[in-house]
Amino acid sequence: MAWALSGILDLPCRFLWHDTTSLEDIQAVVLPGGFSYGDYLRCGALASLSPLLHAVHAFAADGGPVLGICNGFQVLTEMGLLPGALTRNQNLHFICEPCELVVSPGSCHLLKGYGDQERVQFPIAHGEGRYQCQADTLSELEQHGQLVLRYGHNPNGSILDVAGVCNRRGNVLGLMPHPERATDPLLGGIDGQRLLQSLLG
Amino acid sequence: MPIKKRFGSSNCEDRCDCLFALPRYQARVEVQLRPSVLDPAGEATRSAAARLGVEGLQSLRIGKAIVLSLEAPDAKQAEAQVGVLCDRLLANPVTENWSISLEELQA
Repeated sequence: MAWALSGILDLPCRFLWHDTTSLEDIQAVVLPGGFSYGDYLRCGALASLSPLLHAVHAFAADGGPVLGICNGFQVLTEMGLLPGALTRNQNLHFICEPCELVVSPGSCHLLKGYGDQERVQFPIAHGEGRYQCQADTLSELEQHGQLVLRYGHNPNGSILDVAGVCNRRGNVLGLMPHPERATDPLLGGIDGQRLLQSLLG
Repeated sequence: MPIKKRFGSSNCEDRCDCLFALPRYQARVEVQLRPSVLDPAGEATRSAAARLGVEGLQSLRIGKAIVLSLEAPDAKQAEAQVGVLCDRLLANPVTENWSISLEELQA
């Protein structure tokens, strides 16, 4: 993540420790992928109670950009900053492969660099990426254009092929695929660059 | 020299004799997937059961049991505290239901 942001895109970034309470002068927050707390209890559940995330709640409420990738998306749903939940892949396998996505930017700030129905490629690497939510939530999300990223070929059984979701206001985005792994030309694709560049305007 | 015991002291080692010891409870929380949620792990396990010659299984769903012990002034408050834990931590309300069974622990 840090390589993609500062190494490739020259965007200044730093790590903040989960146990602190201030976002300092940060202008955009990224909750990256990983296996926080070893995925104990539920993926992202324990991390969602980190002290620093109180500040992230307030930051998001003020309209600050927040991006959650993979485990970060799981944390955002556990925090309630995004609706729904991510559960075990339907075929029970950990899936690690390139993945075609269809973008419907709507009012999502972080996807403003993409055209409507544009197809991009980001890799996925997850065992618990199946997006689910209750039927009434799903209709609301559809109605307000919050289902902003869908799989071209659904790898994990996510409802309506949903790969990424944004909040109503459009400043919080969560997705299971990895845009930061589609940023370095050496890794075979740069479709993720526009997403990360939108973090700082 | 014998250890002095003071009633009401927080240093009291024998909780039976301490006037201010709170009752202790054990709670068993069961977290289950909501009926509408697909359970691929349960389905895989159900198929495996057939390989053991158990043919009659109609359904198999996997949940979690969490056992905890706590102190509280009474059973109602104990259950309330565990309820907060269930709502906010132990279960994800989007996909899971929970139930509590509570018993007082005899000291």
